[in-house]
Amino acid sequence: MSALSSRLRGAGFVAPALAWTVAFFLLPLAVMALYSVWQRVGMRLVTEPSLANYRAFVEKSYFLESLLNSLEVTLLVTALSVLLAYPLAWILAERVPPRWQRLALVLAVLPFWTSYVVRSYSWLLVLAEGGILSSALTGLGLAAEPVSLANSRAATVIGFVHFFVMLLTLTIYANLVQLPPSYRKAAQDLGAGPLRTFWHVILPLTLPGIMIGAFLTFVLCIGDYITPQILGGNNELLLPQTIMLQIQRRADFPMASALAMVLMAVVTLVYLACARWLKLERV
Amino acid sequence: MSDRSIRKRAAGLRLAGLLSGTALLGALALQPGRAAAAEELNALVWCDHTDPALIEPFEKAHGVRVNLKEYEGTGTALALVEQSRPGDWDVFVIDGVDVPRVAEAGLLAELPADQLPLDDLFEQVRMDDVTMRDGKRYAIMEKFGYNVVGYDKSKVDPADMRDLSVLWGDKYAGRIAVYDYYIPLMDLVALHLGMEPDDISAETLPQIREALLALKEKSAMVGEVVSSTTALATGEADILLGGGEWAVAVMQGDNPDLEWVLPEQGGILWSQSIAIFESSEKKDLALEFVKYIMSPEGQARLATSSCFWGMPANRQAGAVLSDEARARLRWDEQDEFLANSYRYFIPDAELDAQMLDVWTEFLQH
Repeated sequence: MSALSSRLRGAGFVAPALAWTVAFFLLPLAVMALYSVWQRVGMRLVTEPSLANYRAFVEKSYFLESLLNSLEVTLLVTALSVLLAYPLAWILAERVPPRWQRLALVLAVLPFWTSYVVRSYSWLLVLAEGGILSSALTGLGLAAEPVSLANSRAATVIGFVHFFVMLLTLTIYANLVQLPPSYRKAAQDLGAGPLRTFWHVILPLTLPGIMIGAFLTFVLCIGDYITPQILGGNNELLLPQTIMLQIQRRADFPMASALAMVLMAVVTLVYLACARWLKLERV
Repeated sequence: MSDRSIRKRAAGLRLAGLLSGTALLGALALQPGRAAAAEELNALVWCDHTDPALIEPFEKAHGVRVNLKEYEGTGTALALVEQSRPGDWDVFVIDGVDVPRVAEAGLLAELPADQLPLDDLFEQVRMDDVTMRDGKRYAIMEKFGYNVVGYDKSKVDPADMRDLSVLWGDKYAGRIAVYDYYIPLMDLVALHLGMEPDDISAETLPQIREALLALKEKSAMVGEVVSSTTALATGEADILLGGGEWAVAVMQGDNPDLEWVLPEQGGILWSQSIAIFESSEKKDLALEFVKYIMSPEGQARLATSSCFWGMPANRQAGAVLSDEARARLRWDEQDEFLANSYRYFIPDAELDAQMLDVWTEFLQH
C-alpha cells in the first residue's frame, strides 16, 4: 500500500472524531468565546468587543470568591476521593476472589445508575437534622442533640465524594490489575516488606491511574452545578452556580460565557499539568 | 504471567472500562424527548402546569396532546424562545411582572377579552396595567399568592411570625430558610425596614444590603422552591422567609403543623399569567387551552397542583375547591391579605443589575 493511500485511510479513520470535536466542542467554544467579549446592556446585546465582563470578574469580589470556593471544594473532593478509592480498588483487585470481582465492580458502580438529582436530594434527607444520620447518632448515644450537615460545604463534599469514589475506584482498579505479580515477588525477593513494596513499587506504577481518575474527578467536580445547589444551601457560591445566576436571573449570556471561559482556562491548566506530569513519569 | 492470568486481567480491564463508560453515560444521560404526535400544543410553563390531573382533562376533551416544557426564571424561558424557531411555542405561562417587557418585545399575541372571565378575577389580581398594553390585552393572571412567612407551628411561636423583625433577632437564629428569589425577598426586607417595595432605589439599596447580610447571619440556608420547602419539611429550618401557601399548602396533608402567615408589615403578592405566543400557528387551540385554565374547574386543579398550590385568580373556582383546600389557601382571609399586600417591585435594567449584585453578595456572604 502506498504511503499516500495509507495516509488517506488514516485521515478517514480520524475524520468522524475530528468532525464531532469541531461541531460539538470547538465551534461551541468559539461561540462562547465570542459571547464573552460582548455585553448585555438592559435587554440589548451589545456586540462591540470589550473585556468588560473579564474586568467585572476581577473587580467584583463574589466572582473571585466563587472561583476560590470551587477550587477549594474540588481539590478537597479529589483528595478525599483518591484516599477512599485507592484502598477500595486495592481490596477489589487483590483481596476479592477473582470470581467475585465482577459482582463487586457492579456493586461499586450501582450508585451511578440512579438519577444524579435524586441522589443529591437523597443525601439532603440523610444529612438533614431529622435525617437518618442524625437519628442514628442520637439513637446510638453518640450525639446529645440532633446534628445537621445539610446545607453546608461538608454536605456538598460528601455528595461529590460519594459519586467520585466510584469513578476513581474503577480507574485505579484497572491500573492495579495490569501489574504483573512478578514485580511484587521480585521486590520481596530483594528483601522489601509489604509497606516498602507498596511505597516503592505498587504506588508509583499505579500513579497514572490515580492521575487520570483524579483529573476526571477534578473536571467533573469543578463544573458541577447540581450538587452544590442542592446540598450547599447557597451558603456559599461555587463558580457554576454563579454562572447559572447570570443566565437564570438576568439572561446575561455574555457574562456567563466569560465566567465559563475562566472555568475552561482553569481546567485547561490542570490538564496541561497532568499531561506534563504523566509524560515525565513515563520517561 | 500465565495465559489465564492475562485473560483474567484483560477481562477485568474490559469490565472496568465498560462500567466506567456506563457510569459516565449514566451521569450524563439526557432525558429523552417525547415522540411527535399529530395534534400537539407546545407550552412553556411553570411546574404546576405539569400535573397530569390538570392537563389530561384538556387533552381528552380536545383529542390533543399538550407538550409541556418546564422552566425556572423568565431569563431561561426567553433564552429557550430565542433558540427556537418561530411557531415552536404556543402557550406561555409567565411571571406577572415580566409580561410588559415580553409584550413590548412583540412575543405575545393579543387575547380576545370577550372570551375570558375577566370580571370573575379578584380585583387586585386582574392587573390590567401589567397585562395590557396600548389598550390591548396580552395576558391574563391565572394564579397568585404571597411571599410571606411559612413556618412549623410546633417549633415556633405563631405570634412571632406576624412580625418580620423577629427574624433579625437571636430567637430563631440558625432556624431560618430564605427563599432564593431576590425581588420578593428584597421587597420583604424593605417592609421590615419600614419602606414600601417601590421605595427600593440605588439610594436605599445599601440599607437593603445591610439588612440582607444581617439576615444571612441568622439563616440556615437559602434555597429555591424545592430546597427551601424541603428544609421546612425535614426540620432543617423552622421558618421559611418568602414562603407562603405555595410552599406550605401542598405539604399540610402530611404535616398539619406547617402554616403560613402574612406579617403585620405586609406581604408580597406574586402572580403568574398565561399568554399565547404571537408566532404560534395554533392560536385557536392555544386560546381553548387558556380558556380551560381560566375556567373554574381548570382554576381549581391549577390551584391544587401537585407541584405547588396557590390561589386561583378566578373567584368562581371557590365553588369547585373542597373546604379543606380553601382552608389551606386561607380563602376567607383573601380580602384582608390582598389589602395588606404589595406587588413585586419592578426595577429598571440598571437597578435590577445592582439588586442582583447585592443578592449574589448575600448568597456568597
